[in-house]
Amino acid sequence: MTASPILLLDNVSRVHGRDETAVRALDGVTLTVDVGELVAVMGPSGSGKSTLLNLAGGLDQPTSGKVIVEGADVGAMSLRDLAALRRRTLGFVFQDFNLIPSLTAVENVALPLELDGERVRKARRIALDSLETVGIAELADRYPEHMSGGQQQRVAIARALVGKRRLVLADEPTGALDSQTGEDVLRVLRARCDAGAGGLLVTHEARHAAWADRVVFLRDGVIVDSTGTPPSAESLLDPAGAV
Amino acid sequence: MSIRRGLLALLAQEPMYGAQLRSEFESRTGGTWPLNVGQVYTTLARLERDGLVEGAGGADEEGRIEYRLTDQGRTEVARWWSAPVDRGNTPRDELVIKLALAVTVPGVDIPRLVQTQRTATLRHLQDLTKLKRSTSDEAAGRGPDGRNELAWLLVLDNLVYAAEAEIRWLDHVEARLAREATRAPEGRTRDTARLYDDRSSEGASR
Repeated sequence: MTASPILLLDNVSRVHGRDETAVRALDGVTLTVDVGELVAVMGPSGSGKSTLLNLAGGLDQPTSGKVIVEGADVGAMSLRDLAALRRRTLGFVFQDFNLIPSLTAVENVALPLELDGERVRKARRIALDSLETVGIAELADRYPEHMSGGQQQRVAIARALVGKRRLVLADEPTGALDSQTGEDVLRVLRARCDAGAGGLLVTHEARHAAWADRVVFLRDGVIVDSTGTPPSAESLLDPAGAV
Repeated sequence: MSIRRGLLALLAQEPMYGAQLRSEFESRTGGTWPLNVGQVYTTLARLERDGLVEGAGGADEEGRIEYRLTDQGRTEVARWWSAPVDRGNTPRDELVIKLALAVTVPGVDIPRLVQTQRTATLRHLQDLTKLKRSTSDEAAGRGPDGRNELAWLLVLDNLVYAAEAEIRWLDHVEARLAREATRAPEGRTRDTARLYDDRSSEGASR
């Protein structure tokens, strides 16, 4: 059995504008995120990090190349399918947490499930499980304003990976946190990936990128280097190299 | 020197044998700076000569001597805790020297040098982070073993921050040289500009 990547960007380019005013935000980027893998993207501002994340999440479409999420070609999807993909398959984590202030922690986490037609009670149960995995089940009925930044970010991670969602796209998730809290959030993200999710992390902090299995450097829309190549399918199946 | 001061600080807790000093020094600093027994005994001999430590009695049946602080030694330890570590002497850093020379010697592909180093330093940072992951965060701080664990985590954090600082500095170097390249008037600066342009066109053709 071959494990296909959760996310595959295949020779993806994104050009904004046309002709003389055209700006290549991304230029022929190929990148995979496998099950259990956390990949970090580093690069100066304007290097294309956010564009990459938006393409991976189906918020933007590539000018050329393919974006494949869980085997499905995002570029070929209708708007309706795209919306369903974002409800069921992947979640975003942002610098400023983006929780809905009028909903409790568990309601925030349950929201994508409910939007997807899940019944309220079941959605709540699944959401509680997800809060449990990020270590804050006891805060389920708190409102965001009564939680610390680190706690809110854990809720956001729980929401991003609730139910069957397996891909978390994190945009500077530690940007608004102090160093110890930021590290705790990275530990949670790392643990969720170890438990079978896939993560794409955009950060400008090397200390946080170092929690990833692989760090990719982006400059002017091009991947200029990477700290490692992903393991091949063979080596995943056969870590000892025998049989 | 830190070994000298480190041994004095350990002896302030209780008298110890040389081998014991060595293992205590290592376990409390996470084995990051291993000592050999020879270094320990040489240092003890100098400390004894300077009147900071003394034998706590004769050799035991195995021929080992337990060392303890003298009053002067105790004063020296107290001074160490209260005074800041001297940062006046800048230690030699091969990377900094290498970069300074690369900027002034013609023909060096500086952008590549910076990128190669940044990737290597980030790999090192990943290794340090793996060590942190394998060190239990919960146990740290509790009990005598926990104190050693906490000390080790703090040493690791220091190495993490140092690696991060190096990467930030390399980012800065890259940005600074890129800006220099766009100005590109004459002399040395033009060389830098040319090198940078070579790199970009090469990158585009790959």
